[in-house]
Amino acid sequence: MSTGIEKEMWTTKLRKGWQKNLPVEKLLPDTQPAYVASWIYMFGVATLASLGVIIASGLWLSFEGASWYHFSSVGHFVNSIHFWAVQFFFIFMVVHLWGKFWMAAWRGKRMMTWVTGALAFVGSIATAFTGYLIQTNFDSQWISYEAKDGFNSVGIGSKFTVTNFGQMILLHVAFLPVIIGVITLIHVLLVRSKGVVPPIDAFNKELGERK
Amino acid sequence: MNLKAVYIHIGWFQMSITNLVVVLSMLLVFGLALVLPFPGNKKGKGQK
Amino acid sequence: MSDRRTELEAAPWGGRTRRYDLIKEGVVAVVIIAILAAVLSTLFGSPDDKQITFKDWATAAPADFYATSVQELAGTSGTAGYGAPYNTASDGVNLGPLHLAKIMGVTHPVDTVNDFVITPLTTVSNAAPVADALKLWQASDAKQQSTWATNYDTALTKANQDASKVPTGDYGPVPELAAGLLTMAQAGSLDGALLSQGNYFQSDNTKQTLFLGDGSYFNDQSTASNLQGDTWGMMNETGRYPGQAWLWLYSFWYQIPPFNNGDSHPFGANADAWIMVIMGALSLGLIIMPLIPGVRSLPYKIKIHRLIWKNYYQEENL
Ligand code: HEM
Repeated sequence: MSTGIEKEMWTTKLRKGWQKNLPVEKLLPDTQPAYVASWIYMFGVATLASLGVIIASGLWLSFEGASWYHFSSVGHFVNSIHFWAVQFFFIFMVVHLWGKFWMAAWRGKRMMTWVTGALAFVGSIATAFTGYLIQTNFDSQWISYEAKDGFNSVGIGSKFTVTNFGQMILLHVAFLPVIIGVITLIHVLLVRSKGVVPPIDAFNKELGERK
Repeated sequence: MNLKAVYIHIGWFQMSITNLVVVLSMLLVFGLALVLPFPGNKKGKGQK
Repeated sequence: MSDRRTELEAAPWGGRTRRYDLIKEGVVAVVIIAILAAVLSTLFGSPDDKQITFKDWATAAPADFYATSVQELAGTSGTAGYGAPYNTASDGVNLGPLHLAKIMGVTHPVDTVNDFVITPLTTVSNAAPVADALKLWQASDAKQQSTWATNYDTALTKANQDASKVPTGDYGPVPELAAGLLTMAQAGSLDGALLSQGNYFQSDNTKQTLFLGDGSYFNDQSTASNLQGDTWGMMNETGRYPGQAWLWLYSFWYQIPPFNNGDSHPFGANADAWIMVIMGALSLGLIIMPLIPGVRSLPYKIKIHRLIWKNYYQEENL
């Protein structure tokens, strides 16, 4: 297929790497290893689904504006969906994290799956925090007043100004969700590419025989 | 839900009942996920 | 772990498989969570305690507002003495010898005298005594202004913020200026003046928030809703709603010594900075957990995995 010159091409390299690591059969398989049989495997998907509900309700809120939900009953309902979906998101993510920890799911060269997951966790906390700052109610007034001291104390406050509503709303609806989206995408693609980690004792026989 | 919140307060520890419910439900869900049998766990296709 | 084991665990799975419909699972999950969120939203709604305006403050606690305005003029308010990023009045919080805020400099200059009191007053047409006071203030030099404001601030504090009990003294136009600002706030025109500072587009509420926080009224409201940081307030929400429970560890440090030892101790006074550093380190620890000896071996010692994979282990006699 590819002659000498094509092997050097970036496009060819990308296509080959992609085909090797994530062919569509790996991306959307119709079977899973037999050990993928526990409710604990549901929590990654549940986290992802909550994120979907958060983004959908958040987009709706964005089109209507930050103060909409104070005076519209539809607005209040959409805001409530956004609020409760965030609670679910964190509950599922934490259970997911516990599950993956006790499965030691970073085994077999899956370190980056753990790292991207943990980054998603830390990033989600930051995103949720900016969300609380743009509720345009007493809670956001107070949180911005208190939190400024934390960020100012280590100099971050000079660039990340929690009392600046304009900055917070832009970060919450643009920058941070994009970051979370990209990290989550990489996370899920890594899982699909590497396959679900085998049980801790799966290879005891093989390794026992070799000893 | 706009009523005054109720807190449990033991020494330096303090948490609203609602947050406690959230944390306990997290532990409960984790525990259930470990012990409840997974449905459809019929014989996999033997593919050795 | 042996390299051989890692190789086996990394290799594509060659054992038994089962049917698994990822897309169906995902769609069902979205539907269930959307329904759950809709049910909770219908039953409970979401928190929305009204924002506090300067009108609310000046109407509900006029003496507190008045005294705070005087502090802004005298430079004794929290904001006036804050340091970076707002001004150079103090060195601010430190991590031992490291003054990070000071190093980053004054990126959001706030001059409490002009930004909070004088400039807003110039945006409205004031009653004669206030207009005269403003003229007198503007015609005086900084030293004179500061003497007047400090004299009045001290006297007002001594009188327990009761302006009617302050003895006569060398206060210049300060009492009239504070009274003028109170009138302006009660009429509802201070919020906009603080925000816009003479501009049309404006989206930075820093000045309003700092001024609001300098008084007691705002703080009292937050105490009533259990939002103060030293009582786990970071995790709480107004009303009976769940808060940011995931901030439990961040909130935790503020409850224990040496961080809760108050402002007179080096760690208590700089708790914000130290806790930020601790949480930064712990977050990094979570991210690289698989590399941390001891922690990464826990799943092998406490065998919860025997429960998770109990079916498979049974089927395979493992
Ligand atoms: C935005 C948040 C997150 C989303 C949407 C998400 C999503 C997922 C999904 C869909 C899977 C595959 C299904 C499953 O095993 O549950 C997965 C696997 C995994 N997740 Fe997450 N996750 C998130 C956060 C985290 C966090 C915080 C961690 C841990 C620090 C983590 C660690 C892992 C690991 C190690 C795997 C691979 C498991 C394996 O190979 O068997 N994830 N994640």
